[in-house]
Amino acid sequence: MALPAGTKDRGWAVKCTSRTRRKLIDRTMKAAAGVAVLIGIGVLAWVLSVVFVRGASALSWSFFTKLPAPPGAPGGGLGNAMLGTLLISAGATLLGVPAGIMAGVYLAEYGAGTRFGGFVNFMVNVMMGIPSIIAGLFIYALLVVSVGHFSGYAGAMALAFLMMPVVARTTADMMALVPDQLRESALALGAPRWRVIVQIVFRAARAGLLTGVLLAVARVSGETAPLLFTALNSPYWPRSLAGPTANLTVTIFNDAMSPYANWQRAAWGASLVITLGVLTISLLTRFILRRRA
Amino acid sequence: MPFGRSKRASMGLPLSKTGVRRGDALFHGAAVAAAALVPVLMAGLFVELAYGSRLSLEKFGFGFLVSAAWNPVTGNYGAASSIYGSLVSTAMALIIAIPLSLFIALFLVELAPPRLARPVSGAIELLAAIPSIIYGMWGLFVLAPFLADHVEPALQAAFGHIPVIRALFAGPPMGIGMLPAGLILALMVLPFTTALMRDVLQLVPPVLKEAAAGMGSTTWEVFRKVMIPYGRRGLIGAGFLGLSRAIGETMAVTFVIGNSHSISASLLASGNTIASTLANEFTEASDPLYLSALIELGLVLLVMTFLFQVAGHLWLSRLGRKTGGGQ
Repeated sequence: MALPAGTKDRGWAVKCTSRTRRKLIDRTMKAAAGVAVLIGIGVLAWVLSVVFVRGASALSWSFFTKLPAPPGAPGGGLGNAMLGTLLISAGATLLGVPAGIMAGVYLAEYGAGTRFGGFVNFMVNVMMGIPSIIAGLFIYALLVVSVGHFSGYAGAMALAFLMMPVVARTTADMMALVPDQLRESALALGAPRWRVIVQIVFRAARAGLLTGVLLAVARVSGETAPLLFTALNSPYWPRSLAGPTANLTVTIFNDAMSPYANWQRAAWGASLVITLGVLTISLLTRFILRRRA
Repeated sequence: MPFGRSKRASMGLPLSKTGVRRGDALFHGAAVAAAALVPVLMAGLFVELAYGSRLSLEKFGFGFLVSAAWNPVTGNYGAASSIYGSLVSTAMALIIAIPLSLFIALFLVELAPPRLARPVSGAIELLAAIPSIIYGMWGLFVLAPFLADHVEPALQAAFGHIPVIRALFAGPPMGIGMLPAGLILALMVLPFTTALMRDVLQLVPPVLKEAAAGMGSTTWEVFRKVMIPYGRRGLIGAGFLGLSRAIGETMAVTFVIGNSHSISASLLASGNTIASTLANEFTEASDPLYLSALIELGLVLLVMTFLFQVAGHLWLSRLGRKTGGGQ
């Protein structure tokens, strides 16, 4: 299919550059692609190895069970912050997941093809891109100002705000993959629509739904910015979520910015704990998805 | 699809017609309510932030956007340095991340055998799983000293005597400032833009690529002259989504940018972004006007990201597919 001799090249087609030059460019670009991949993977390895090496030296039994030590004092731990992070994330999951799943149900089952459905679908995508610090600011203005003090509940609300669109997106996408025949045959048997959705569609898409929830949990449990002006932080054990609540990520921020060596060490330990938690969940979702595929 | 343990119950044989209708209505209502919550929350964002910033809006008006003042003592606030920092750090991030992700996408879609493409793709996606604050820790304690000792002096030696460009690298090499902020943002945006670009490029019909290859094109020529033009819309959409992600990124930037309200041409000088100013000063803001000015900064950021998100998704949706900005 070579161009006949003397034919002028119009349009996109191959320019009349010498063959060796074109081959050289091709090779250079392929090499550049390889280098780009190496940069990406190299940075990943660099960041993870630093976190593991520096974090591991801070870990001990008391790191998980004790309250923070004063500057310069040996021992101490971040047990309160770990418990707080778990509580806030659990609260966010309880709020954000049902709302996200129901919004996803609407998009996949009721609103598909309607004008409102299209609008909500678009807004879910936009909401996923709202910066997490804006979510914190929103909940601050909404809840902290009116109540008068920072609270773990406000932190959970801010995280739930971030979870909801992620869960809605994956739920809608995963439910859309369920073949219509399943729905139709269940409806033909006389099952009401809501039971078809809950017992047929949810069950068929359960791996995907679980993935969406886990992804959302992974996304928010490492978040710091939304907690800065909602949950704040605390040096004490969390008794309830009604007041300022200790959490790992804001602790990392405060400790890293402090001039004390033992606090900075604790910040690395906390970084390792958070990274391990988030990576475990991310890898778990991949495992679930692969087993399904 | 099996119905599970009890067929009868799972099939939901109706007890009465009204019971069925009520159940359906309730469930439908809950779904509609949850769906409506999304636009309501989005509208609420704008309303709450506008309301929270009313003091500052009244006092400074449009001048807030162009004033570089930031003085809590005299109560004079302007967003110029924060906006400047957000734009410059984001621009740097995209200048680095977009070519890099295009090349990685080229590798994933065209060069790598499936057995290799999958783990490489997974590793790049893992970059997105690392929390922002971890990038901050790495940036402050590892990348900044590395830049200060090795990279920044080299940049100064290379460009220090070229007029104009020299100004970009003026000042002492501290490893803190616009340069590390832009670099870290590039790394954080990379997994998103790569995944989006990979998906867009995978949509190019094989017939087109084969036709070009059959004409004697090299792999690069097929990529450059067939695949990129075909996927142009989607690629631009991916760029917008990367842009909106970078501009609102908070913690990693706060760690390395230096947090000073100043506008400097030098990439080695410290600066700030809207998000870093919020993270740094919000809990210290004592008087109502200070707080109000910070909330107005948030409003500015919200408007910018909203516009970029809408633009990005519009470009992508023309491709007729659903694409999220999330993981």
